[in-house]
Amino acid sequence: MSASDDIWILGISMTKFGKHTDKDTVDLGAEAIQDALADAGVTMRDIGVFAAGSLMTQGGIAQMLQKQVGQTGIPAYNVSNACATGATAQRTAIMAIKAGEADYGLACGVEKLAGAGLLAGANRSADNPTWTPKGRFGAVAAVDGRIGTETMPGVFAQIGMEYLHEHPYDGTPFELFAKISEKNHSHSTLNPRAAYTKAMSLEQIMGDVMIAYPNTRPMCSANCDGAAAAVVVNGATLKTLSLEQQRRAVKVSASILTSDPYEEACQVLPNVNTLTRNAAQQAYEQAGVGPGDLDLVELHDCFATAELVHYDNLMLCEPGGAVDFFNSGATWRTGSTPVNVSGGLQSKGHPIAATGIANIWEVCQHLRGEGGPRQIEGAKLGLAHVIGLGSACGVHVLEKAAA
Amino acid sequence: MTDTQSPAQIPFVDYLVLDDGDPHLVANECTGCGARFFDRRNACAGCFGTEFGSVDVATEGVLRSYTIVSFAAPGVDVPFVAGVVDCDGTSVRGNVVGCPPDPDHIKLGMPVKLTTFPIGTDEAGTAAINFGFEPA
Repeated sequence: MSASDDIWILGISMTKFGKHTDKDTVDLGAEAIQDALADAGVTMRDIGVFAAGSLMTQGGIAQMLQKQVGQTGIPAYNVSNACATGATAQRTAIMAIKAGEADYGLACGVEKLAGAGLLAGANRSADNPTWTPKGRFGAVAAVDGRIGTETMPGVFAQIGMEYLHEHPYDGTPFELFAKISEKNHSHSTLNPRAAYTKAMSLEQIMGDVMIAYPNTRPMCSANCDGAAAAVVVNGATLKTLSLEQQRRAVKVSASILTSDPYEEACQVLPNVNTLTRNAAQQAYEQAGVGPGDLDLVELHDCFATAELVHYDNLMLCEPGGAVDFFNSGATWRTGSTPVNVSGGLQSKGHPIAATGIANIWEVCQHLRGEGGPRQIEGAKLGLAHVIGLGSACGVHVLEKAAA
Repeated sequence: MTDTQSPAQIPFVDYLVLDDGDPHLVANECTGCGARFFDRRNACAGCFGTEFGSVDVATEGVLRSYTIVSFAAPGVDVPFVAGVVDCDGTSVRGNVVGCPPDPDHIKLGMPVKLTTFPIGTDEAGTAAINFGFEPA
C-alpha cells in the first residue's frame, strides 16, 4: 500500500455520554464536530467529504449539522445502519478518501436517547374486531410476545444463551453474564465521559430488575445522549502537516463493513456471529496483525449476553472458549486482552449512532497515550467493533503512529 | 348450517396448518438448496434460486436457545418464554408453553413438541389458534 493509500485519524472527539437536557441533537453533533476539527487542527474549509448519522432524527442530519458548523458545498452523506451507523459514517468518509475524491473527510454520529426505554417491540394495539390475516406471515394479530420476542434485550439474551447451547456450560448462565457486566461497570469508574460511573457488585447486578433472562437492567446498554466525530486524512496529506499532528495521528490499519451472509436459522434469530467473524478475519488480514497483537478491544456489548459471543467472533479466544477466556480474567483492564475499558455500552452508554465512532475514540485515547487514569500502558494496537442488528458489522483496527 | 357445527377457527399465522391432519407448520423450501423460509421470497437468500415448494416442518425438536421476557411493550403479557427450536434441521421461532417460565424448568437442549391453543375469539365467533412448543 502506498503512502497515499494510508488512512489516518487526524482528530477525534466524543461528548460526555449521559443526559444533555440543554442541548438538542444538532447541538450535540456540532459540539463533537467542533472538538474533532480542533483536535485535528483543521477547519470545515479543509474537509472534502462528510458523512453523518442519527437514527432517531428525521431528515438529513448531515445537512443540519453543516448549517450549524459550516456549509461549504461538499458532498454530504446521511447514513443509517442500525447500531453500526457511526462506524458506517466513518467508513463512508474513509472510502471517499481511498477513492481519491477527497484528502480530508469528516464523520459524525449523534443520538438523543436519554429516557427512551425499551427499544423495538411496539406497543401492542388492540386486536381487530375480526381476525384478518395481515403482513408477510398472514398474522391475524400482533406477533410480538405471541411468537417469540422482538425486544432487543430478549433477542440478545437468546444470542448469548445459544452460545451456551452450542458450547455446553455447567455453571449458572445468569451469574456468568452478570460477571461480564460487573467488569464493565467497574471499568467505567475510571471514565468521566461514561453515562454511569459507579461500580456495581454482582449481587446488585443480579438483584436488579429482570428485563429478559438472563439480562437484568444494568446488563442492558444504557440509553443516553451523546455524539462522536472524527476527521480522517490520507497519508500523503498527513506528511505535509506539523510533526505534532503526525505524532498524534492514529493509523486506520483496517476498516471493514460486513452484512450477514445466509445461513440456516439466521432469519429466525439474527446471527451476529458469522458477519463479525468475517469482518474480524478481513480486518486482521488487511492490517497484517492477529488478535494476539491487540492491546485493547472496544466491542459491541449492547447486552452482557452479546459480549461473550464476540470474544469468540473476534477470535480473541479459541473457538468455543469464550467462557474460559472470560473466567481467566483476560478481558479485565488488568488482563491480557482488555475489553471495554471505557465501561462499554452497558455503563459508558449507547447513544446508537454515536457508538461506532465513540468506540474508535476510546481506542485512539489509549494509542495516543491520552487515556488518563484508565490508560492501558504502552498500547500500540487496538480494535473497535460494532453490530447493527439486521445485520451490519463494522470493525476498525487502529495503530499508534510509528514516530 | 346446524347447531352441531364446530366453531370456526383461523390459524394465527398462515404458516400454521390446522386443517390437514395434525397441526403443523409449513415452509417455502428452495428446490435448489433446501433453504426454508416462513414467508415468501423472490429468490432464495442462500443460492438465489427462484423455484420453491411447500414442505411440512417437523413438529418435534430441541430448544436451541431461550429467554424469559419479564419486561415487554405495553399490552404484551409477561413473563413468557421466547425461544428457538431446532425442528429436525429447521429453526423455528416460538414461545415455550406448558411449563413454568423459570430457568429451573426451561433447559437448553430440552426436547419440545408443537402444541396449539386459542388466543381469543373475534366478534364473528372465530377462534384464532396460535402455536407454541411444550416439553415433550
